[in-house]
Amino acid sequence: MLDTSKSVLSVFKLVKAPIYSHCFSIDRSLLAITCNTDCLVYRFGGGKSPQLIATLPDHDKTVTAVDISIHGRIVTCSQDRNAYVWEPLSDGSYKPTLVLLRINRAATSVSWAPNGYKFAVGSSARIIAVCYYEQENNWWVSKHIKKPIKSSVNCLSWHSNGILLASGGTDGYVRVFSGFIKGLDTKEAVSNSPWGEKFPFGAVVKEWYNGSFIHDVEWRSNIEKLAYVAHDGTLTVADSVEQIYSVNAPEGLPFKSLIWINDHEILCAGYSCHPVMFTEGSNGWQFSKNLDKVGKQSLPQSTSEDGTDDEENPTFGMSALRKFKQLDLKGRVTAAEQESAHENAIVELRPFEESNGQVTQVSSCGLDGEIVIYAV
Amino acid sequence: MSQSLRPYLTAVRYSLEAALTLSNFSSLEVERHNRPEVEVPNTSAELLLQPMHISRNENEQVLIESSVNSVRVSIKVKQADEIEQILVHKFTRFLEQRAESFYILRRTPISGYSISFLITNKHTESMKTGKLVDFIIEFMEDVDKEISEIKLFLNARARFVAEAYLGEFVY
Repeated sequence: MLDTSKSVLSVFKLVKAPIYSHCFSIDRSLLAITCNTDCLVYRFGGGKSPQLIATLPDHDKTVTAVDISIHGRIVTCSQDRNAYVWEPLSDGSYKPTLVLLRINRAATSVSWAPNGYKFAVGSSARIIAVCYYEQENNWWVSKHIKKPIKSSVNCLSWHSNGILLASGGTDGYVRVFSGFIKGLDTKEAVSNSPWGEKFPFGAVVKEWYNGSFIHDVEWRSNIEKLAYVAHDGTLTVADSVEQIYSVNAPEGLPFKSLIWINDHEILCAGYSCHPVMFTEGSNGWQFSKNLDKVGKQSLPQSTSEDGTDDEENPTFGMSALRKFKQLDLKGRVTAAEQESAHENAIVELRPFEESNGQVTQVSSCGLDGEIVIYAV
Repeated sequence: MSQSLRPYLTAVRYSLEAALTLSNFSSLEVERHNRPEVEVPNTSAELLLQPMHISRNENEQVLIESSVNSVRVSIKVKQADEIEQILVHKFTRFLEQRAESFYILRRTPISGYSISFLITNKHTESMKTGKLVDFIIEFMEDVDKEISEIKLFLNARARFVAEAYLGEFVY
């Protein structure tokens, strides 16, 4: 295990491929990650390195997202246009059920509703499919939200009332839809909601235009706020009465993911390979600290290290010896640099441990195939 | 390194770092395809970002065209005279014919430029972004040196050949 700084609790290098998404079960004993065309399930716990217990192999294209419901069902979605719900069996294996998504492009993101009885799948077909279980036919069916999505959907987030669904995509809009399913949801859940009066399925409750790709969106339900990160390197917090705060990433590189730590703190992470904390103070949201940031390496000097012997005889080119010497030097690795726990971009953050409304530990997955747990 | 090369390369470096923020993106138009959006005719204009054009002078320019899942970097190498034009053409062609061992090299440069690189999300996922940027910057530093070295070598050889040939006529 690397010990780069005190904010990094543990680093697990699980696979050689990028991990686009990861999820822990509610008791943190299982970890599901995406790996190429499979979803891998690990037994997790007690500081030991995770043990692979199941491979969910049914997809035939890159798996893009995974989520575990409060009942332990795993849902995976993939660029092969399908989503599967994996029911855990008593012997530790999983039984797949195909979801009738009825989309003709890649599925890009998936999220269980807080009650675990329905989930939403975002897709490149400019559709969000809200899926629920139909008892009489014994399969998962979906209802579509089509309008007015104009491009691929990147991210989804359910409000804790299970009805409001926030989405963001490459069209640069953040939208809040109603995901009300008759027979599954009750009107009481959204009574007195500041977001509106009526929530028929698929209605656009609110939308914000950002103009660049939206990478992640996250609700803070108890204070009715919504935060999102975009490709222009901003973190934006908005609420139902058009109060919008926007703050720039300190390094200029965009964030891929965010989570709320508490009502006044947000942790973001992305292409700068380490998490960044933002805090709400008296004058709005502001950058407060970096986690696991390494000191700025000096820019590599002009890499030519031709000493005197190279200058001796420039006109008559390279001797064979020198040619081979130079070939040998190519591709050399520069002196060991200190690096952050993630060596490549962080794609997703998830809360790992919470105590009375405050997230104390955060897990992250990255393009380098690592799962890292940070202390906040 | 000359005085004006440094800011030029720094500008290229920071532009590249900003452009190499790619994600895995499945095609909106063709089912089950995942293709570099910067290379295909695109009806979804939102997927293409504003191209960045960095120019040191009219002979040395870099064009960075980025999209949601791919970046095309085109470099115009300095060509002061006809010999350099020939040399640059031969040199880049030599590299392009071996493009598969360079991973990010594009087989043909886009018109108006000497050499193009195509970096997709597959490359940024399997290689460190910082190293990719270093590679391109290093290439830009080295290619000028290489070309002028070949040119000197060519001149020296030409002189030697000319002397040997014309020596025949000296009585």
